[in-house]
Amino acid sequence: MTALLKIREAGKTYPGAPPVRALAEVNLTVRAGERVAVIGPSGSGKTTLLHVAGTLERPTSGSVKIGDEEVSGLSDVALSRVRARRLGFVFQQFHLLDHLDAAQNVALGLLYRGVGAGDRRAAAIGALDRVGLGHRLGHRPAQLSGGERQRVAIARAVAGRPDVVFADEPTGNLDSAAGAEIIALLAGLADDGTAVVVVTHDRAVAAAMGRHVVMRDGRVVADGGQVPA
Amino acid sequence: MRAADLLFGGLLALRARKLRAALSALGIAIGIAAGVAVLGIAASSKANLLSELGAEANLLTVSAGQNDDGSPAALLLTAESMIGRIPPVESVTATGYVSGATVLRTALVPAIDTGGISVLAAEPSLLGTLGGNVADGTFLNAATQRYPAVVLGAVAAQTLGIDSVRPWTQVYLDGRYFTVIGILRPVPLAPEIDEAALVGFPVADELLGLGGHPTELYLRVLPDQVRAVSNVLGFTADPPCPECVRLSTPSSILAARAAAGSALTGLFLALGGIAAGVGGVGIANVMVISVLERRGEIGLRRALGATRRHVGSQFLVESVLLSAFGGASGVLLGAGATVGYAVASGQPAVVPAVAVLAGLGVAVGAGTLAGVYPAVKAARLAPAEALRVP
Repeated sequence: MTALLKIREAGKTYPGAPPVRALAEVNLTVRAGERVAVIGPSGSGKTTLLHVAGTLERPTSGSVKIGDEEVSGLSDVALSRVRARRLGFVFQQFHLLDHLDAAQNVALGLLYRGVGAGDRRAAAIGALDRVGLGHRLGHRPAQLSGGERQRVAIARAVAGRPDVVFADEPTGNLDSAAGAEIIALLAGLADDGTAVVVVTHDRAVAAAMGRHVVMRDGRVVADGGQVPA
Repeated sequence: MRAADLLFGGLLALRARKLRAALSALGIAIGIAAGVAVLGIAASSKANLLSELGAEANLLTVSAGQNDDGSPAALLLTAESMIGRIPPVESVTATGYVSGATVLRTALVPAIDTGGISVLAAEPSLLGTLGGNVADGTFLNAATQRYPAVVLGAVAAQTLGIDSVRPWTQVYLDGRYFTVIGILRPVPLAPEIDEAALVGFPVADELLGLGGHPTELYLRVLPDQVRAVSNVLGFTADPPCPECVRLSTPSSILAARAAAGSALTGLFLALGGIAAGVGGVGIANVMVISVLERRGEIGLRRALGATRRHVGSQFLVESVLLSAFGGASGVLLGAGATVGYAVASGQPAVVPAVAVLAGLGVAVGAGTLAGVYPAVKAARLAPAEALRVP
């Protein structure tokens, strides 16, 4: 299977006195349809790895490839295009805009791809249907439960059918029942060939993912369940 | 991402914080309203003056300058009839200055107390040409211009202490009593009439020794022919000496004076500008706070594929929209104030288009300036850093 994400010897050091080394010589390859859980204690570099892999942050060393494209040398505009077309994100805090309803929030996921307003709305309705919220299109975030909000966020991440979906502690703000729904949804995305990379503390989330990447002090110390090349 | 998306997104974002948007737009609105009201009220007063003048600046006066003693020089006897034959001249009327004549309330008043009242011979057509009105009594007509009857200008009547016309009201004019038959309202186009006592030409010739020579002609001309008529008036009024003839257009002088505006108008405009500037600072302040508050949103948008430019223009558009709302409501407020003032003072309400456009332009300009710094700040925020919100 083709590699959708390929990280080679990536390092990230934040300037300061003393400088903070958040990532050190990390290698990670993610293929289509893979379910990857990145686990490890607080401060082990999980979120930094997710940001570097998701092109939200540039590594200080090493290389990151999305598909066949080496992204570390790309301009801001080109990087933004990669995120708009190939990557999806789900956050612990949902990051829904309070003044937009569910459909508008999901449509926002396509705004920067150059999709027209009518097509954005149609795709948003389709994505909300997929996460089981077809009946909540006009509800604002404040009118939705925590689990529903995270489902809207997932719909937003997948509305553009990205290659890779990154999720940062997606169940961190949810109770266990809502969390279970979210885990099932994320795991289900991989059935369509989307790669799912989840940073989590949650054992239940990790258990639902096929592959476990364990981090400590900015390094990958274990990588189990990798799908063979 | 299209311009419509940007605008719609900006509107939704402002709608989400209505009170804050309204308050921050208020500063701009007050400044623009002040500016529009000042310009509108000035324009209304000017329009009012112009309508009193007879709307069009088509009144011309012809005189022969002054004699050595400062009294008006005489025009040729033929001047009036010759000018009347110029086709675009709609009406022409003459006055003749009666040299050395004084007007006193009674014969007992010392002759030296002239009160500055001059005696003019006038034709019955004078009021029609000047657009003047009688405050009391009647004006000279074909009959009364032959008898010792006098019509007083507004200032002259006041000076003599005559405020109404009674059958027995008389003034002592150049050694004999004349009956006062009318008092005029002020004539803004010809203030010299206000300070005069007007008698008929026949009686001026007969009793006051005028000799029929007019000293000043007033004429109304077709409005689009004012320049053409001006060019030939000198030759027509005094063929041997065209350069002896003085022309003036009192209505355009008054209009120019009205248009020049007062120093106060400039001061109020400056204050309005300062208020709009302070309003702009308020918008900048609100937008900076907004960038800080919406770090998460900025991070999310970057994650969804927004470029720096997308994020920057989003905040700039919000700032410009805020100020445009402020400007538009300011224009409405200012126009409302103008209409209110005009109605209250019985003037025509005029809101100059230039005030409306300038008001909107100043507002949008202030909003653009105010939005640049917050927009740059938002655009420079690194995505990963923006997402790291508690």
